[in-house]
Amino acid sequence: MATQAPTGETETASIGERFKALPDRVVYLGGLAVFLLVSLVIVWIWGSDIGFGVDFQRSLADGVDEAIFWTTRNLDFIFDNISTGVLWFLLRVESAFKWVPWPVMIVGVTLLGLRLAGQRMAIFSAVTLLGVGLIGLWGSAMETLALIVVAVTISIGIAVPVGIVIARNDTLDALLRPILDAMQTMPSFVYLVPAVMFFGIGNVPAVFATVIYAVPPAIRLTSLGIRQVSPNIVEAARSFGTTPRQLLWKVQIPMAVPTIMAGINQTTMMALAMVVIASLVGAGGLGEDVNRALGRLEPGKALFGGIGIVVLAIIIDRLTQSAAKERQQALTGGH
Amino acid sequence: MTTDLASTETAEADQSARAKVSVRGLWKVFGSNVPAELTPELVEESKSDLRERFGLVVGLRDVSFDVQASETFVVMGLSGSGKSTLVRTLLRLIEPTFGSIEVDGEDIVRLDDAQLTHYRQNKTAMVFQHFGLLPHRNVLENAAWGLEVKGVDKEERLERARAALEVVGLKGWEQSRPNTLSGGMQQRVGLARAMAVEPEVLLMDEPFSGLDPLIRRDMQNELIRLQQQERRTIIFITHDLNEALKLGDHIIIMRDGAVVQYGTSEDILSHPADPYVEEFVRDVRKSSVVTLRTLMQPLAANLSDDMTPKRAMDALSAQGEVAGFVTDRLKMYVGAVSFSSLAEANQRGDANIKKAFVDDVPALSEDMSVSAALPMTRRFTGALPLVDGAGGLAGQLRPAAVVEMMERESAEEAEETESTMTVGADA
Ligand SMILES: Nc1ncnc2c1ncn2[C@@H]1O[C@H](COP(=O)(O)OP(=O)(O)OP(=O)(O)O)[C@@H](O)[C@H]1O
Ligand SMILES: [Mg+2]
Repeated sequence: MATQAPTGETETASIGERFKALPDRVVYLGGLAVFLLVSLVIVWIWGSDIGFGVDFQRSLADGVDEAIFWTTRNLDFIFDNISTGVLWFLLRVESAFKWVPWPVMIVGVTLLGLRLAGQRMAIFSAVTLLGVGLIGLWGSAMETLALIVVAVTISIGIAVPVGIVIARNDTLDALLRPILDAMQTMPSFVYLVPAVMFFGIGNVPAVFATVIYAVPPAIRLTSLGIRQVSPNIVEAARSFGTTPRQLLWKVQIPMAVPTIMAGINQTTMMALAMVVIASLVGAGGLGEDVNRALGRLEPGKALFGGIGIVVLAIIIDRLTQSAAKERQQALTGGH
Repeated sequence: MTTDLASTETAEADQSARAKVSVRGLWKVFGSNVPAELTPELVEESKSDLRERFGLVVGLRDVSFDVQASETFVVMGLSGSGKSTLVRTLLRLIEPTFGSIEVDGEDIVRLDDAQLTHYRQNKTAMVFQHFGLLPHRNVLENAAWGLEVKGVDKEERLERARAALEVVGLKGWEQSRPNTLSGGMQQRVGLARAMAVEPEVLLMDEPFSGLDPLIRRDMQNELIRLQQQERRTIIFITHDLNEALKLGDHIIIMRDGAVVQYGTSEDILSHPADPYVEEFVRDVRKSSVVTLRTLMQPLAANLSDDMTPKRAMDALSAQGEVAGFVTDRLKMYVGAVSFSSLAEANQRGDANIKKAFVDDVPALSEDMSVSAALPMTRRFTGALPLVDGAGGLAGQLRPAAVVEMMERESAEEAEETESTMTVGADA
């Protein structure tokens, strides 16, 4: 690594050094020319449709299929238990939402909007929710809301512990990062099929697919929130003999709350984006309405179902964002 | 009072037995492949060579010192000299690479996790330049942090935190959020948080550096006041020599991770160890720190109050002096006499010189700073008596020496302003 000091005159410089002395642009253009030349020669000799000669897809895909079949057959007791639990939870939430009379629900949400986000939000909530009821989508909206609540609750239950762990362990963080990227970008149809194989048709695979798609931001932001706690504060706390556990519960998590809440907000939005796709595997609610309208070529009904989803999205988004902001202000003491 | 580094080394065992904190051969080397032992390269190569050739950054280089109980020990040096690294290794917020840190005879470097937690909870507390307060807790809960971590129950810890806040002048602010307070007040919270645990050793890393000059002075005075009430062992970091001189009983000066000088304010001002220290010292008015002791001369004649006027006159004339200072049997200073007052007493036929005292000669304390003595010495041409803390006669002072020192200093200052002005004009 000893860098030779270029003390000699330019004439005595080695070839390597002279090459280094060339301007970058010349090097790049030269490289590009060589690349084009090689490509031309290849096309000239073999033509442009060369082919790879082998195809591993069939065998690899068969392997994956095998693995999933095996899992379905042998681990069904696990899936059955998960299925029962999720279903039980979902039914409770759904019946709770459906039990509340709509005027009570609308007034409740309006007041919450007033408290968290101000007058305009309150009016918006009242008018749009009433609209949803008037176009006959109230029941579907409550079903969708229940699905979202359950999926988001499960996501939080996974995301917060996982986020905490990867905030404190760089190796796990590096391992999980590409997996989270994949979960977010993988087309959802790809895991919809195994979801149905594991859990059958209905709300449970819908929740499963929704969680897979929606959980990454909550994990990421939990980890970020903990990592971004100022090292000055962590150091000061440690100097008083704070144990790692006290540090986590009394310093890092409370200070990460606004960021975690931002993650939950994003997770909720992503869960709402999954509503229509979830209906493909049997989830009810607004997604199903849209889906059915699509099948029957009824664009009007599809539009109203879509509007219902948008209304839910906006209201949940503003409410959770305002809650996070309030918490942030409490932390920084600013206005 | 003569604890300089050389004597500490010769009488090491004796010294460390008494020292509150005793640091020996402390090294901190940053880098990815730090040698497991103190290699000759580390000892011999310069800081920049180590960085270039081995990728090692030396934060501390063979640092040794003793801090006595109840003293304020100041560590000072320019940015990057390793002050923060040093104070953090004392709490093992940064792990030292080699060396030992004994606090009350116990080597901190060897503590396991549980012992280290116990040590941090019970022996020490630290105040940080960047405060490090918890934004999600109010002032009272912040001040109670150290006690909370330690498991003191809620009622008691809030009580003690409230008391600590009162001491630093923050009564009435208990429920505020730290971020709504000014910097000076936030640092008071930091100070209260540290004081609330009643640490035996208080570590302060440039606690006042981020504050306005006026507030900084307030806080310094506050610290001095607190220190007079409850004498703690304080290790105080600063890059400001004036602050160091004002607060420190002993000072070490650091450069590139190594200690270049150890001494009292006066030692450092009067005998800067090298050009680096001289550079610091240049900006300080020596006269405000140097005491009259440095200008003191031995007594011209030893006069005691049971002498006859005749003998006293002989003693003075033998030295060619016209005035002298008289002590009693216990060597306490009792008064000044002049040749003429003695002559009068002689003519009166007094048995001793007790009635020959002249009353308008002030006795000065040898601990007084030179600049403070100037107004009192200006009127006099003859020597003045210097007394020690107990009232004993320590020596005498030529008033001219005071004036000379002050004049030399203002001349130097004028020269400096002039040269900076010329530089300014050139640019
Ligand atoms: N984590 C680290 N990794 C590498 N080098 C470090 C690290 N921490 C400190 N250093 C180096 O150690 C030296 C001493 O730094 P330190 O922060 O102790 O200086 P300081 O005297 O406190 O300076 P300041 O007045 O700026 O606070 C510097 O050269 C710094 O670059
Ligand atoms: Mg520092």
